[in-house]
Amino acid sequence: MITLKGSLGERVFNISNIVVLGLVAILTAFPVYYVFVVSFTDPTEYLQKSLVLFPDNWSLASYRYLLSTSAFIQSMGVSAFLATVGTSCSLLVTSSLAYALSRRRFRGRRVILLFILFTILFSPGIIPNYLLVKELGLINNIWSVILVSLSSGWYVILMKGFFDSIPESLVEAATIDGCNDISAWFRIVLPLSLPAIAAFGLFFAVAYWNQYFNALLYLNESSKWPIQVLLQNMLIDSSSSSLGEVDPLVQPPPSETLKMAAVVIAIVPILLVYPFLQKHFAKGVMIGSLKE
Amino acid sequence: MWRLDRKVNLEKEVSVYSESERLPIGRKISRLGKVIAKDRYLYLLALPGIIYFLIFKYVPMAGILIAFQDYSPYLGFAESSWVGFEHFKRLFVNPDFWLLLRNTLAISFLNLLLFFPLPIILAILMNELQSQFYKRTVQSIIYLPHFLSWVIIATLTFMLLSRSEGIVNQLLEFFGFEKIDFLTNPSIFWLLLTSQSIWKEAGWGTIIFLAAIAGVNSQLYEAAKIDGANRFRQIWHVTLPAIRNVIIILFILRLGDIMEVGFEQVFLMYNGAVSEVAEVFDTYVYRVGIQQGQFSFSTAIGLFKSLVGLILVVVANKMAKKFGEEGIY
Repeated sequence: MITLKGSLGERVFNISNIVVLGLVAILTAFPVYYVFVVSFTDPTEYLQKSLVLFPDNWSLASYRYLLSTSAFIQSMGVSAFLATVGTSCSLLVTSSLAYALSRRRFRGRRVILLFILFTILFSPGIIPNYLLVKELGLINNIWSVILVSLSSGWYVILMKGFFDSIPESLVEAATIDGCNDISAWFRIVLPLSLPAIAAFGLFFAVAYWNQYFNALLYLNESSKWPIQVLLQNMLIDSSSSSLGEVDPLVQPPPSETLKMAAVVIAIVPILLVYPFLQKHFAKGVMIGSLKE
Repeated sequence: MWRLDRKVNLEKEVSVYSESERLPIGRKISRLGKVIAKDRYLYLLALPGIIYFLIFKYVPMAGILIAFQDYSPYLGFAESSWVGFEHFKRLFVNPDFWLLLRNTLAISFLNLLLFFPLPIILAILMNELQSQFYKRTVQSIIYLPHFLSWVIIATLTFMLLSRSEGIVNQLLEFFGFEKIDFLTNPSIFWLLLTSQSIWKEAGWGTIIFLAAIAGVNSQLYEAAKIDGANRFRQIWHVTLPAIRNVIIILFILRLGDIMEVGFEQVFLMYNGAVSEVAEVFDTYVYRVGIQQGQFSFSTAIGLFKSLVGLILVVVANKMAKKFGEEGIY
């Protein structure tokens, strides 16, 4: 792996470069590693030792406890709902709009694009959005979180950029075969763009799974909290009261191992889709979304 | 040949133009109606998205009008009284406002100073790696935190740095040092935020620079080598000039974003001990608006922030375009 060719200076450079980047990678990975280790540490061992870098006794006690509480299961369900239903709705609305705007025969598309662009540049702020959701009677309704983040100017413009490359002749051919624009989009354009749609879907899904601020704003009832809000509440109070009713006969594990187990469960779905995410952003599909 | 085509097209366009010019207004509308009717399914396809943007992006924009009202949720928008620029006058004499501005600017500039150079350095170093396998492994690890939520990152921060449980303090104690209050110390709070941002985003930030470096002609490196340039000189004379434009443009765009300090990050790290240095526009709007119900005043604060942000972004984009590359729009 380490090429031992070249001058002494060359070799020193190569080796120190490998060491420096290795340290960067270790510094990045360590917190995640540490969370995994603590979450699997036997609760009594964790309490006895002040420092656990590699546990002697592995244990699933924290996970078992966590998954026996209704609050945690419920919040996982809410987040899973957001990540699946929310993502589907986002993809449907964003891709249909982006596709329509990518067609040159769309009259007034420049004006509409400018309107959409302006929403990226200017945000009216937290309060007007909150009051709108309130007026619509969507406070404490899970759909509020989906609706406010259903689509964004960035995604429409990125997706339009992608659909621009789909030739009009393809759609025309479908029209001759008796398709209208909607069925041509659904039967021909979408299947052709499946890889890109999947990439956008993954990014939507991660955003929904990580949804915190909007849920904090619009969902007050703890039974409707997604996992991120529940996690934040577990973080603030050191007892496990935010987990709600639990079996009083079961001795709860220390709140630290419990928190770490919760964090691991919140990270795992991201880790599962990570290889796919990486494949897509490596291709540069999402370069535009670098700017948040 | 192409000239002929163009001429024909031009004539066609001119004839269409003059024809429609001659048509009476009623006919014009009916013609437009026909054009729309022909592609009606295409417009139907765009309709849900357009309605969405109107309701959820543009209705709130009209909602900023309550910054000029004494909005009461009981009276509603129509019944609330108008007060003009009253809230803005209150805002600029409020000492809290200057605190918010100071904190926002401090956090942003610290980010520019400490965070901004790191992705560039990392990308250059990664580019110099000989082993592609090692490079990909490092990339996989340092891109990951970008996808973790701020709640998770706040939890990790507590786990590492809290006084009682944090592993860093436990190590300090183990080696006989004093424990450090990382989380409740106002003098290092901004640095704490910057470190979090670095951990989360520095790796992800390398992508754009790696892409720029990948576009460098490899013959340039060969030529530099023949001229006797060592690796540092190759970086200095070939890699850096090649990505200079990208660096400048990203820097300008970042400058346009200085009013944006992530709400979630600051809100999650906020505690009573650091409130003086931790309150930024968005967290203040949340506390005063949502929690205390001063809707009009907090909308005015938000509007001020958005307007300044809008001006900065537009100016930044104009400047970035001067460097010959595309801005964000």
